[in-house]
Amino acid sequence: MDQSGHTTIAEWTADDAAATEAAVAAFRHQLDAGYYAVVSTGEGQAEQVRELPADAELVILRRPIAGG
Amino acid sequence: MSAAAPVLPETAAVYWRPRLDAARLQRRGRLWTLSTLAHTIPFLATAALMLALEPLSFPVAAVAVVHAWGIPALYASRGASVVRPRPRAADGPERTALGLLGDLVGHDARALHERTGLALERGALGVWLVGEAGALLVRPGGRRVDCWCVKVEGDLPSADRTAHLLLALREDEAGFATVANLAFSGAAWRVRPRLRAAMRPALDAARTVA
Repeated sequence: MDQSGHTTIAEWTADDAAATEAAVAAFRHQLDAGYYAVVSTGEGQAEQVRELPADAELVILRRPIAGG
Repeated sequence: MSAAAPVLPETAAVYWRPRLDAARLQRRGRLWTLSTLAHTIPFLATAALMLALEPLSFPVAAVAVVHAWGIPALYASRGASVVRPRPRAADGPERTALGLLGDLVGHDARALHERTGLALERGALGVWLVGEAGALLVRPGGRRVDCWCVKVEGDLPSADRTAHLLLALREDEAGFATVANLAFSGAAWRVRPRLRAAMRPALDAARTVA
């Protein structure tokens, strides 16, 4: 999620090794930039992930929050 | 053996704060109530005493009564302001961000967000109304509302700001409340009139659910 509303960083499928590798690299780059990766785990539930889950349908990168 | 409960990483930035839970939240609510009484009772007592001693002092007594009413009202206004809308981004990014937020919430919450700008989310501590730079927590029973000031850094579309907060809340509700700053805790009837008119139905809906 960014200034444009959201940007697709990478797309991959579990059986496409090259795409998955590129997605993992992009994922790590975003984590290094300070984003947190979140995967929905059901209604009203989300989980932070530190490794790209290859089988996840959607991984959202969010920025840190802070008290206002 | 059970897996460790997820902890919001941002809580590390507020390491001195004890992790919030329902009991701590209740204690903080009581402190807010005591603080309100401490602001109100001395002014009312002063007004009553002045009128008892000298009825002609009623203008000064009236000023004391205004203070007794006004100070808690200012706190409630501060609480309501945590969900005040922020400046909009350009139409395109706003639409894109709204689409993503819509995908994150259910049909009813999406419809409520369209009307009010607040995303309703059920949690263990109560029912949350997540805005762009803050959230309201309606406690079980719907009588007390906690107003939390919490934000995402950076220039983002408004729906994106809400989505960031919503995801953090879903990751770790107690951690979210630990990171956020409590701007007000008090009766829902004190917060409601100080919300923008368009947002009041969201509070009504949350109170119904809570």
